[in-house]
Amino acid sequence: MNSLFPSIVSRSQSSGLMNFFVPIISIVLTLITGSIIFVLLGFDPVYALYTFFISPISSTYGISELFVKATPLALIAIGLSYCFKNNIYNIGAEGQLTMGAIFGGGIGILFHDTNAFWLLPLMIFAGAIGGALWGLIPAILKTKFNTNEILTSLMLVYVALFILDYLVVGPWKDPFGYSFPKSRPFSESGRMPLLFDGLRVHFGLIITLFLIFVSWFIFSKTIFGFQLKVSGYSPKAARYAGFNQTTLVFFAFAICGAFAGIAGLAEVSGPIGLLYRDISPNYGFTAIIVAFLGRLHPIGIIFASLVIALTYLGAEDAQLFLQIPSAVGFIFQGLVLFYLLGAELLINYKLTYKKLL
Amino acid sequence: MNLDLILGILQIVLIATTPLVFAGIGELVTEKSGVLNLGVEGMMLVGAVSAFIILVITGSYFLAFFVSIFSGIIMSGLFAFLVLFLMSNQIATGLALTIFGIGLSSMLGKQYIGTPIDGLSPWFFVIFSFLIVFFVSYFFYKTKAGLILRAVGESHNSAHALGYSVIKIRFLSIIFGGSMCALAGSYISICYAPMWQEGMTAGRGWIALALVVFATWKPERVLIGAYIFGGVTILQMNLQALGLRFPGQFFSMAPYVATIIVLVLISSNKLRIKLSAPASLTIPFYKGR
Repeated sequence: MNSLFPSIVSRSQSSGLMNFFVPIISIVLTLITGSIIFVLLGFDPVYALYTFFISPISSTYGISELFVKATPLALIAIGLSYCFKNNIYNIGAEGQLTMGAIFGGGIGILFHDTNAFWLLPLMIFAGAIGGALWGLIPAILKTKFNTNEILTSLMLVYVALFILDYLVVGPWKDPFGYSFPKSRPFSESGRMPLLFDGLRVHFGLIITLFLIFVSWFIFSKTIFGFQLKVSGYSPKAARYAGFNQTTLVFFAFAICGAFAGIAGLAEVSGPIGLLYRDISPNYGFTAIIVAFLGRLHPIGIIFASLVIALTYLGAEDAQLFLQIPSAVGFIFQGLVLFYLLGAELLINYKLTYKKLL
Repeated sequence: MNLDLILGILQIVLIATTPLVFAGIGELVTEKSGVLNLGVEGMMLVGAVSAFIILVITGSYFLAFFVSIFSGIIMSGLFAFLVLFLMSNQIATGLALTIFGIGLSSMLGKQYIGTPIDGLSPWFFVIFSFLIVFFVSYFFYKTKAGLILRAVGESHNSAHALGYSVIKIRFLSIIFGGSMCALAGSYISICYAPMWQEGMTAGRGWIALALVVFATWKPERVLIGAYIFGGVTILQMNLQALGLRFPGQFFSMAPYVATIIVLVLISSNKLRIKLSAPASLTIPFYKGR
């Protein structure tokens, strides 16, 4: 006879199979919970799930929108994986994104009547610098002053948002904008080129895929990637091997900040075309979920960014067709992360039924 | 400056700081047991919205606070289940709780934005916030149960070996933290504001987390820290009202910048942080074979 409840036994080696299946399990469980929520709200679950997850991507335009949303998520998430692999909890990507948009967008505003091939590359570069500088603040505070990076990086999000607010209300306000809090539009050569006519998916997607490829190379083929991984698994082993933890923290934050900064610039020079208050629907925070759901692996992050981008689109459609507040998208995002973290147990532990007799 | 003005400012500081005290002391108890819950902001928002909705529907203040605290228990119970029984990463789980709480609160509260309510006088809660800090301090340093809780936070293996139930003690500590965060949230939506607005806690949950570090995990110092932060916030508002020629956004970022500066000042003494932080903080407890 077996006991009623399984007991948790630690595995001698973490399970690679489970590492692959856990994200899928968590998505399935989220869908089940989602349909229960829809039933409780009084909707036909099949119709609601269809509206949420299928109808947004049943047209070419919808698929393009999916990539528009997935682009910043994937780019920030791959940046975050440099930090998370090393157990550095940078949760301020939203601020780094904002700073990237400010730096890059600032160049765009400065040259608002210039049309030249060098403008967009310069804006991207400035965006990366802005994000990296903002990311380096918590890195310096962590390494020099032993200050917890979770809290400082988060506080800097609020600071960055207030700076953006100040700029678009004050010095950078469009003189012809009828006192709306927004900047001048960038010139045509300061915009991300569109990949297809009539669709919003833009060159930022190519940049993102390129940086994901580079990151895959760094993670799997370079000493730096190896050091990141080792000091994440075992800080003691890393210290013994002589890896410089301070340098790793600096690089991780700078790379993550730069990626988030590029993502922010790609947003303002892509779909938006100018600077204003609400440039990001929490991409910087949601990318944390993407990074975990993608298991910090480049390929995983690509798939995870598409799944989470779908919750954004689905939430918009749910608001439009079912009159469900679009915040339901955040509920799905929170749920998927809950299930993922819970199911991670299966990677390092197994459930067994003890024999009672 | 006359006496009335000073008393007036003092009143505003007391009223504005109380939610920070509640959330800070709740999180402190959770952390003392060795668990870091980053879901404070999410639990505060759900607490705030549930209190508000119940007040609008039933008109009963008692029910509003009761349901709000219950929501805090449910939210933190969910967190506790994940980190204690499924041994999930506490930092990531806390973030998930905050994201979930932001979504849940704005979804539930959507139709209540702008609904007028009669605010409740804050003074009972202001006094209660002082009492609860002294109660927690007494509990930690003068009772056996408090000693056990601290022991669990310092070394869960030793506490387990002595026969104490690590999981049960941590569970209760997390639940206490959750109900205090919900209370802080309901105080904001019912006494302080009084209204419901999406994301109305405006980062107070994160400031509460910073307060625990500032207090070097000592209850009375949460009070001191909270009043410094509260004071900075009110000072910023008053200076802004005086019409200084300085953009408002720079005043608005003051509390967050102040938080960073204070954290740096406190944490730069590595030894002090190492000695005062619970040694088992964020480390999951696995009973093993």
